[in-house]
Amino acid sequence: MYWKDYKRPGSVAEALALLEHAAGRGRIIAGGTDLTLQLRQRQSSADLLVDVTGIDGLGGIGEKDGWITIGAAVTHAEAAGNPLVRQAARALAEGCGQVGAPQIRNMATLMGNVISAQPAADAAVPLTALEAEIRVVSTTGERWIPIEEAYLAVGRSAIDASREVATEIRFRKQENGVQTRFFRLAKRKALTLPVLNGAVSILADPTTKRIRRARIALGPVAAKPFRARRSEACLESVEISPELVEEAARIAAEEASPRTSLVRGSAPYRKAMVRLFLARTIGEMLAVG
Amino acid sequence: MADKKKMKLKVNGVWREVETRPDRILLDLLREELGLTGTKKGCEAGECGACTVIMNGRAVLACLVPAAKADGAEIMTIEGLAGKGGLHPLQQAFLEAGAVQCGYCTPGMLLAAKALLDTNPEPSLEDVKRAISGNLCRCTGYTKIVQAVRAAAVIVRAERSGAAGPQDAVKQAKRAAHR
Repeated sequence: MYWKDYKRPGSVAEALALLEHAAGRGRIIAGGTDLTLQLRQRQSSADLLVDVTGIDGLGGIGEKDGWITIGAAVTHAEAAGNPLVRQAARALAEGCGQVGAPQIRNMATLMGNVISAQPAADAAVPLTALEAEIRVVSTTGERWIPIEEAYLAVGRSAIDASREVATEIRFRKQENGVQTRFFRLAKRKALTLPVLNGAVSILADPTTKRIRRARIALGPVAAKPFRARRSEACLESVEISPELVEEAARIAAEEASPRTSLVRGSAPYRKAMVRLFLARTIGEMLAVG
Repeated sequence: MADKKKMKLKVNGVWREVETRPDRILLDLLREELGLTGTKKGCEAGECGACTVIMNGRAVLACLVPAAKADGAEIMTIEGLAGKGGLHPLQQAFLEAGAVQCGYCTPGMLLAAKALLDTNPEPSLEDVKRAISGNLCRCTGYTKIVQAVRAAAVIVRAERSGAAGPQDAVKQAKRAAHR
């Protein structure tokens, strides 16, 4: 048997009680597009699956006290088509629209994309550029985890789905003037993991001609979605120019540490692509270069 | 050994009650418990789209859906696509455009296309390509499938508006298919 029981609780408290009763052999499931497969291929094991998609309050996308909130049951298709996400965080809508295939996007959740802890996740990379946080509830209380701290290693999340329930993703509503973009390089246009993806968030000040804030997240160039912090600092350092964009892209390529992979290409190639795609994306956003 | 799970789901308009292993996937439930073998088993890994069905209005991969998740859900399989009056316009258009070769991808293609037309009756070329981007076909090269979906869209729109007679719609659709 791949799993022995499947429950669909109506509340977070009930889900936690089920997990507690299963004593480490329970597992939260949402869309199930990763977990169902892992269990059936025996890459992972669990006795009890606790489906949280029917829990009231985990469903919507909203705006509250300056934060955009995305419930744990929200799918990539919903986020990609949601007017609030499209307007407030275009990079996230773009990333969500590129995950897997339409059938996958109709089931798979953004929360699952984060907790599956793959460094190339097309939703998690823009969420990293947006400095998102994850709300995690357990029997002992609740906490907010910055998305970068949600990763322990490739495929290993800091959120323990056998003991706690991740309920919500939130990120600050971006100030007026902030632009975000997502880019993706893959062997085909659909149904394939990216060779490289990235999200950029930029707030440019037209009066000083400087970038007030830059955030760059890249995948899969490290064990988790990677913030190119030196490149960000470079962009914020002096007046905007084509040379600045080139320099920031060069630094990001230096910071990134992709491995040579038979599937994704050699490390030097992937570094060159980081440079190319970042220069192109930031250049287009600033209309320079 | 855990007990079998009792569940109820509406398949092609009819409520069905089944008792099944708790670790069944929807694909096996449909094929083995309900005898609906039109839903094809391809990769069983969410890569090929052959097992596409429509669940609560959305195209999903039956190989990745635990059957228990579909408890209470409304499912359409390929067996439910044709109406009392005959083939669905998509099926007719696939026949006329020559969009079927070996046929293995066809049920999944048709349901992916149906899910598209249900929400977007006027799809662009890009919309159609995106809607079937999760469905692999190793025979046709996709061109005729895309033509067929666009031709069917014309007929579905005409049927919905009731403005044009079926003959006009078919003519229009054929013109669209050859464009």
